Amino acid sequence: MRVPVEWLREYVEVAPGTTGADIAASLVRVGLEEEGLHGADITGPLVVGRVISADPEPQKNGKTINWCQVDVGDANGTGEPQGIVCGAHNFVAGDWVVCVLPGGVLPGDFSIAARKTYGHVSAGMICAADELGLPDDGSGGIIRLAELLPGADLVPGQDAVALLGLDRVTVEINVTPDRGYCFSLRGVAREYSHATGAAFTDPVPTLARRAPHGSDDGFAVRLDDQAPLRGQPGCRRYVTRTVRGIDQGAPTPAWMATRLTEAGMRPISLTVDISNYVMLALGQPTHTFDLASITGPIVVRRAAAGETLKTLDDQERSLFDEDLLITDGGDRVLGIAGVMGGADTEISGSTTDVLIEAANFDPVSIARSARRHKLPSEAARRFERGVDIELAPAAAQLIVDLLVEYAGGVADEGATDVGDGLPAVSIDLDLTLPTRLVGVAYDEDEVVDVLRQIGCAVEVSGDRARVRPPTWRPDLTTGPDLVEEVARIHGYDAIPSVVPRPPGGRGLTRSQQARRMVAELLAGRGLQETWSAPFISAQVLQRLGIDVADPRSQAVKIANPLSQEADLFRTTLLPGLFDTLRRNVSRGARDLALFEVGLVALPDGQGRTAPTEEPGIRPDDATLARIRAAVPPQPRQVAFALTGERDRTAWWGPGRGADWTDALEIVRDLGQALGLTLTTAAAERAPFHPGRCAVVTVPDGRTAGWVGEVHPKVCEALELPARTVAGELDLDVLLAASEGDTLSAPVSTYPMASSDVALVVDDTVPAARVEAALRAGAGEHLEAAALFDLYSGEQVGEGKKSLAYRLQFRAPDRTLTTSEVNAARDRAVSRAEQETGAFQRGA
Amino acid sequence: MSGPNTQYDPVEVAALDPAQIDAAVQSAIEGIAAADSLEALKVARTEHQGDKSPLALANREIGALPPTAKAEAGKRVGQARGRVAQELKARQQVLEAERDERILADERVDMTLVPDRRPLGRRHPVELMGQQMADVMVGMGWEIAEGPEVEAEWFTFDALNFDQDHPARQMQDTFYVEPPDAGLVLRTHTSPVQARAMLERGVPLYIAVPGRVFRTDELDATHMPAFHQLEGLAVDEGLTMAHLKGTLDRLAAELFGPEITTRLRPSYFPFTEPSAEMDLRCFVCHGNDPDCRTCGGTGWIEWGGCGMVNENVLRACGVDPRKYSGFAFGMGIDRALMFRTGVADMREMIEGDVRFNSQFGMEI
Repeated sequence: MRVPVEWLREYVEVAPGTTGADIAASLVRVGLEEEGLHGADITGPLVVGRVISADPEPQKNGKTINWCQVDVGDANGTGEPQGIVCGAHNFVAGDWVVCVLPGGVLPGDFSIAARKTYGHVSAGMICAADELGLPDDGSGGIIRLAELLPGADLVPGQDAVALLGLDRVTVEINVTPDRGYCFSLRGVAREYSHATGAAFTDPVPTLARRAPHGSDDGFAVRLDDQAPLRGQPGCRRYVTRTVRGIDQGAPTPAWMATRLTEAGMRPISLTVDISNYVMLALGQPTHTFDLASITGPIVVRRAAAGETLKTLDDQERSLFDEDLLITDGGDRVLGIAGVMGGADTEISGSTTDVLIEAANFDPVSIARSARRHKLPSEAARRFERGVDIELAPAAAQLIVDLLVEYAGGVADEGATDVGDGLPAVSIDLDLTLPTRLVGVAYDEDEVVDVLRQIGCAVEVSGDRARVRPPTWRPDLTTGPDLVEEVARIHGYDAIPSVVPRPPGGRGLTRSQQARRMVAELLAGRGLQETWSAPFISAQVLQRLGIDVADPRSQAVKIANPLSQEADLFRTTLLPGLFDTLRRNVSRGARDLALFEVGLVALPDGQGRTAPTEEPGIRPDDATLARIRAAVPPQPRQVAFALTGERDRTAWWGPGRGADWTDALEIVRDLGQALGLTLTTAAAERAPFHPGRCAVVTVPDGRTAGWVGEVHPKVCEALELPARTVAGELDLDVLLAASEGDTLSAPVSTYPMASSDVALVVDDTVPAARVEAALRAGAGEHLEAAALFDLYSGEQVGEGKKSLAYRLQFRAPDRTLTTSEVNAARDRAVSRAEQETGAFQRGA
Repeated sequence: MSGPNTQYDPVEVAALDPAQIDAAVQSAIEGIAAADSLEALKVARTEHQGDKSPLALANREIGALPPTAKAEAGKRVGQARGRVAQELKARQQVLEAERDERILADERVDMTLVPDRRPLGRRHPVELMGQQMADVMVGMGWEIAEGPEVEAEWFTFDALNFDQDHPARQMQDTFYVEPPDAGLVLRTHTSPVQARAMLERGVPLYIAVPGRVFRTDELDATHMPAFHQLEGLAVDEGLTMAHLKGTLDRLAAELFGPEITTRLRPSYFPFTEPSAEMDLRCFVCHGNDPDCRTCGGTGWIEWGGCGMVNENVLRACGVDPRKYSGFAFGMGIDRALMFRTGVADMREMIEGDVRFNSQFGMEI
């Protein structure tokens, strides 16, 4: 909402010398946040001039310019006439004009200097309204002051900034949804008065007193809402007035056009401008019909199936059955109530008699219509926040007054005023509530004073009060609403700062701590943590090779995505992580190790729906259970991706490129850090290389995730570097598996004995199986079995590989003998021979 | 070594002549001092201490002396040999020290080199910021709660007193989930966890909720479709706005330093009444520059919304507003990071460029 200060002064005293910033600072104290300050952006000499001569000079380019001598008094320092080249022709010698002299700056940072043009030195500019940021004055060119300001006492050289109101400031504020009444100068002026104590003059009571009561000789109106929304009739009040014989050629007075422009609305025509003016001044949207185009009576009803309307913006719209309509005689649709009027009853140049509508509509009805038709009009914005029910007759009166004064109309005596109005709201307030909720010791008189100040009627009885909020505050319905009024008028800066003392918490949960540890571990191992928006698409899943049968294709679909390439909520972190990887590569990075921790959503495909409820009601347990069950499971995953060199090559020597072993190493790291034995086994799963993918399982057999080298086709489709390595693990599964305390075993201090074995097995036998067999066969004294060499080649034969293990033995209570060690080794080897077909190399 | 020769007259044994012994000692001292390496010292040692050295020969002669002369000769020779041994030892130590020093000098490397075999990774600074904010709350005795990102509309809006038709519900720029009757959205704030926590844990309750939230904003320098909030909710007997302000002041002071100035100003949120915005004094101009780009010249930076929990929210979550009151707040974690570190373009926070992370340490 833009608040022109000059306009604000009409309703509230603003002390002389108060700046726009001062006003903004006062308003923010009562909850109207500053969005910006506008105006007062002309600097330097802008003066009144009188044209002494204007000589037309035709130019080669076909234009004719005027070489003018303008009397600007002493403003140019010499008193000599100012020579100015002007391209406009709507003036003659003797006219009063506005000149900007060299050194002046016009809106848009447009600096004026003397310059050579068309064979003259033009020392300044004769100004048109738009060049000064003023509304169109109808002159069709430069401003002629004698017409713009009839009767003004003009002197050459006089300052024109103040004369034209160009020193005026507009304060732009943000109005929260509960303060619909602040979408008016009247409302903002009242708040300014609350903030500063300045005297406020409400324009409404005077207007209301002059407005005629509804009578039979007013225009016939029938409210016929057969389908109220949520039990509320769509139209609460409908006031009409009639003005006849208006002159459509009459211009909008300059002061009004200026105020509208400053408030951010474009002046259009006198009738429309008056309607907008009254809306901005008082907060009441109105509509003006061409009386000749309607037969009556006005019937307000809900739309029927198939009805359409061509609205003022020339759009043909299909109407929804919940739309509240203004109709002529019930048949012809004149407009969507409170949202937008129809095109064919619009005021035109030939209109002489008008019917003014000032109505009050149900906020819900207007909000739904505006939303469905995507018409967030100025009227709808006010109605959906609630308009003062008492405003309609006063607003209609102000429109009548302005039409009579500026368009030469004559008002009919009669008026229409129908509707049930609104039931009076009465709040039973415990006068100690403000102190109890705010923590400031207000005394009860203070509470009552504030409530009366904002317009409430208050009847005190003991420590309670019956409070009737003013009609312009439909947002006040509960005790805490009134508490906020007390707190804000008294000032939020009076609230002390007291740190509460909770009973004491458990600190971070084990899982929260473990998650931090996992992220720190990965960062410590050289991985960079990134995060991404959780949006993917079917195409991306397809490029990853994830087919439609894969549960990861069952994604939550977003109804209003930012783009069709981002219309699913992720079921895997990998697409986002791959995007990040690719972005880094495209920016020149070569060696990358990234990880991301985040939620994925894995709907079960049951299509359950979550019921919604009215606010303020605790759903029963069964309903709550349905709500919870409809929310898809969202496990927390950790994903990583590596490309380029894992260990760098440089002056210290050769490094090593990232490969599948790094993926396995990360699994090892995570397992060890969480105190978990994680097992890997060969697996096939998108988006991984079928021969270089492992499924990772926790000790109870649950799958934690998959890691490996990314499939070459996926790398190609996603434009990832070849042989990118990645993995994705379910952190919730890992953390659950690592719950519980580890029991400590004694650490033996007896000597260790070791024995090496080299076993040859078929290429296809997984090392993990060989190791498991060795461990099983070696018995209780085996302390470690480490694979120290892996060989395949001529010496072991085609299709074979040699695995060399160092077995370390130690007893808890004695030194093992050589024969004991040898026997244990032999058992280990023979177990491996039985279970994996291994034979000892060289044996 | 020959046996004692009792017939010998010591005076006649030249080797035992005191002058000769002194000369031998003197010669040894000079020879040892002249040795400029451990090798040269080895030669000098043989020469002056070896079996064929003058003093060794002299020593050998002592046995031949008559007992009366033995003691004196023995003492003289013994002292001389002791002196030579001492010199040798001292010289040995000096030369060894010199050698050791030379070796160490030869082993000198360039300690300005930066070996970067495997560069350290980093946590994302937004995550660290959220962690730090959570830690401040935990330090005040609060607990950390979490909730889903795809959330029921009931938890996101209805429970929080957002009426279906209220403009505030439309102002949330919500991502809705298909089909329209699914009743699911991507949470627009962390506040649904308020309702979950009240229903699941009951009251009194002091929880903070760091988490990711979503709005239908295109990504640009000042908007992200996904961003991070820290939610706070306290419900207990006797809580007031003063407790809200105290909690926010403490959080602000821990994050931005004790000199930070805060203010509450009236605002509106469906789930709080009274409601407030919390502003921080502008870090850049401290309220002294009407053209400041950080605060737009107002001198204040908006940090988050807050207020006393609306009675309707308590009721929807089964808490009796006649007995309990509560306060709640929500503020941007990303914004806090921007304030702290001067990140000017939000895109840098979500793009995952490793150069962005690498500017920060493992804690901020």
